[in-house]
Amino acid sequence: MSQSNAHSSGELSHLADEESERRTPLIADLRLWAVIGIVALLIAPHFIYPVMIAKVLCFALFAAAFNLLLGFAGLLSFGHAAFFGFSAYVTGYCLQSLGFSAELGILAGTATGALLGLLIGALAIRRQGIYFAMITLALSQMVYFVCLQAPFTGGEDGLQGVPRQPLFGVIDMTRNINVYYLVLAIFCFGIFIIYRAVHSPFGQVLKSIRENEDRAISLGYDADRYKLLAFVLSATLAGLAGSTKVMIFQLASLTDVQWQMSGEVVLMAVLGGIGTMLGPILGATIIITLQNELAQIGSLTTIVQGAVFVVCVLLFRRGIVGELSHRWNRWRGRSDGRGGDAPRTVQES
Amino acid sequence: MAFFDIPLPVFMGQLLIGLINGAFYAVLSLGLALIFGLLNIVNFAHGALYMVGAFVAFLLLDILGIGYWPSLVLAPIIVGLFGIVIERLLLRPLADLDHLYGLLLTFGLALLLEGAFRHFYGVSGERYAIPDSLQGGFNLGFMFLPTYRAWVIAASLIVCIATWLLIEKTRLGATMRAAVENADLVRAFGVNVPLLVTITYGFGVALAAFAGVLAAPIYSVNPLMGSNIIIVVFAIVVIGGLGSIKGAIVSGFLLGVCEGLTRVFWPEASNIVIFVVMAIVLIVRPAGLFGKAA
Amino acid sequence: MKLLRTMLLAGAATALASPALAQDGGISDDAVKIGMLLDMSGPYSALDGQGSVVAVQMAIDEMGGEIDGKKIELMTADHQNKADIGSNLARQWSDQNNVDLILGGANSGVGIALQEVTSEKNIAYINNGAASAALTNENCAPETGIHWTYDTDALANGTAVAMVKEGNDSWYFITADYAFGHKLEENAMDAVKANGGTVVGNVRAPFPTQDFSSFLLQAQGSGAKVIGLANAGTDTQNSVKQAQEFGIVQGGQKLASLLLFLTDVEALGLDASQGLTLTTGFYWDQDDMAREWSAKFEEKHGSKPTMVQAGMYSSALNYLKAVKEAGTDEAKAVVAKLKEMPIEDAFSRNGKVRADGLMVHDMFLAQVKTPDESKGNWDFYNIIRTIPGDDAFRKLEDGSCEAAKG
Repeated sequence: MSQSNAHSSGELSHLADEESERRTPLIADLRLWAVIGIVALLIAPHFIYPVMIAKVLCFALFAAAFNLLLGFAGLLSFGHAAFFGFSAYVTGYCLQSLGFSAELGILAGTATGALLGLLIGALAIRRQGIYFAMITLALSQMVYFVCLQAPFTGGEDGLQGVPRQPLFGVIDMTRNINVYYLVLAIFCFGIFIIYRAVHSPFGQVLKSIRENEDRAISLGYDADRYKLLAFVLSATLAGLAGSTKVMIFQLASLTDVQWQMSGEVVLMAVLGGIGTMLGPILGATIIITLQNELAQIGSLTTIVQGAVFVVCVLLFRRGIVGELSHRWNRWRGRSDGRGGDAPRTVQES
Repeated sequence: MAFFDIPLPVFMGQLLIGLINGAFYAVLSLGLALIFGLLNIVNFAHGALYMVGAFVAFLLLDILGIGYWPSLVLAPIIVGLFGIVIERLLLRPLADLDHLYGLLLTFGLALLLEGAFRHFYGVSGERYAIPDSLQGGFNLGFMFLPTYRAWVIAASLIVCIATWLLIEKTRLGATMRAAVENADLVRAFGVNVPLLVTITYGFGVALAAFAGVLAAPIYSVNPLMGSNIIIVVFAIVVIGGLGSIKGAIVSGFLLGVCEGLTRVFWPEASNIVIFVVMAIVLIVRPAGLFGKAA
Repeated sequence: MKLLRTMLLAGAATALASPALAQDGGISDDAVKIGMLLDMSGPYSALDGQGSVVAVQMAIDEMGGEIDGKKIELMTADHQNKADIGSNLARQWSDQNNVDLILGGANSGVGIALQEVTSEKNIAYINNGAASAALTNENCAPETGIHWTYDTDALANGTAVAMVKEGNDSWYFITADYAFGHKLEENAMDAVKANGGTVVGNVRAPFPTQDFSSFLLQAQGSGAKVIGLANAGTDTQNSVKQAQEFGIVQGGQKLASLLLFLTDVEALGLDASQGLTLTTGFYWDQDDMAREWSAKFEEKHGSKPTMVQAGMYSSALNYLKAVKEAGTDEAKAVVAKLKEMPIEDAFSRNGKVRADGLMVHDMFLAQVKTPDESKGNWDFYNIIRTIPGDDAFRKLEDGSCEAAKG
């Protein structure tokens, strides 16, 4: 059983961001998309309920942070709710009981995410593959019980009516539209960080560890340190997303630390496309919209989410964005007559 | 007589109750370990199938009037067959992929099953009576032990030991162990490995359903009964060493007792004690108590 | 896609209209809109859920479906026992649908969250089923929020006082470890001590718990005369059932379930629940008026109403009457009107809405019948006595809702 670890990390490789292989056109695409997206998001609140879009952005950032770990470092964390939810509690507490201004509250939550990421990450990276997933799951469940019983979290009731403290002490945050633009700014900042991380030497080393950890080690890279760093970065951004959510909904509750939330973020990333920049964002948009449409009946949401999971894993493991960009590449390859970019098939174990 | 200011009866009582919980943990983690051993899949749907086992027993009684004792055999068979269908239709296509896909698929399956039962039965729970032959209880002096709870311990022990014997002492078991070590080699000897895999999954799932039927009279039959226990069982399997049969059984009972003792001394921490133990084991012995070093 | 379209429309509307159009009385956007946020699928769905929707619809029908020619609209949603889902829905209803009244159901966490949203958005809010007395104390919103059926104070006062007076003066508590359980436990402990009883211990059980055996053993070991169960829903059912399994009542100790619903007794069966003392805000068999309404309810829903469902009916009916009298659906005006009206209907006896938003009315001390006493379906309680509202509920001046004291 132990030998399964060695290849398990490599097999996710077909999910890798194919942009790295064909840099120019897709990156150009991505930049174009980014500009179009940001412009659309700037004017969107005049047409769509801003709280709703803010929620989508918040979960999109969360999913992108999760994807940084799975898509680019090959580590499946099943405990990301811990960072998301616990940071939310800290931010909520800072805003409500300590009277922090908005940016300090969010900063405190984000820092908490980083710290918790360091703790859990240090333990979890001792194992790989399935073990890693189960350990993160178990440790996040521990965080859940701490949140349930710690005195500052309000237990089962959570923190309610967290005040929207002014940003930098001056900008009024009680208006939905102002909160929306704050969330948009945070979202863009977070996605930018992820983009930079993935396209830096650090990102390259991560990918090489994911492809073949032993080889990366033999090349002199301290694989554990890189993995831990990726884990902490991912946890920090998940924490940022959780803290931001408090500004939107003015509450922090157990929902966000439950293991079902960890599963939800996996679903968002898998549905959109692991290892792509746009995938998690699209995945989050679809799942959150779905949840809203089905809000009348809670059990139906669970059924649909479960079905989407099963269908995704069985039929399109690349996710929507992954599948589209894969087809696009193949089509382009054929029309160029260059061939050579046949899809990297899944390795047989 | 007292033990750290805790009256002895309370102490002994909690110990016994820990053992009862441990019995459920052991049967569930045994199934998980078997499945993991041969399929290399962490069966996230295990908790949901445990719930389905309880529901099958409830429905057998409710619709067909079939009582507890036949259900104890029938429900695992029905759910086991269901498991075989799952393995053939859903898990087989993933066999050659990264094992994380198996985890994701079974996670989706767990949501589907849980959601479906919630949709039709709500979450208030259905009543399932203790069979007449197991009503009442013994006065042990330090506590009143309901007969049914004693039966739970006995039944789990029997099933765990029988399974262990099956794997350690029979030809089938030897083949299974060999397939765990090196599937290709066993295939070369003419053994139908895919069939072996299917049977193992069915058997592991049947164990979960058996635990579900055992649990039905104690807890109400509830669509969510499997959703929290599965995480605890995961932790136990990690502690025992993934894929180790002996590890699963021993740590199941051990951690049940450990949880029981925590309830005496620090009730609020009883939920997290197993995870704390898991963290410690990971630091000291990353492969688990009974696992082979990675 | 319907939702998306309404969202787009609402978004466009808010973009065009200036946010704070002054309300000049009258009924806004030509309809009285009631939104219900309930547990439709969770542990409280049997005692609340669809039955509450039926009850509120009965109240709307009783008003003829309209007030002065303005239609009464009803929306419902499942809060799934999650405060964030509940408050998010309330916000959306407020921003997009201009909802006038939100009726909140069981679950204190969600109940308190809704109180925050509604008072911020100036929406009338009536809760039935969330037990926590915090709704009219530290979390009170006296201008917009009303707590209707019962609260932890009234439950604890009724049951604990009655039992202590019978000589059951030493208590051990098994408490659901969250704010509702803590509050119920605190209120019950105060009541026990104030009447000369003692509390020998308590244990906090995680929420929800399937297996109460270890907590029950500790309670048994304590030697207390009464084991107080400060929990609700499936927790209550499991703990009562397992207490029977471990022979606790046969061993001479008494069980006191501080919050027990008709549907709990139905689920447990009289064998397991007989003899339990409880406090209830309503019982379908309490008098002719209640019987008559409950029969109509049973026709539509298939079971007798719980106190929460009856409370839902009562609160919706009185709200609509107040809207009619005030001639507006502006929250503060309607709530102020409700506070002037006597509340008397199938549910409430001698009811009045107090300054802090608490609906004070008579409560009943009851005991679950033995299987022999029961004449059949739903004949579950013997009413031992009526507790006048002023004795059952905490006094205004003892509460912590400063806004209402002035």
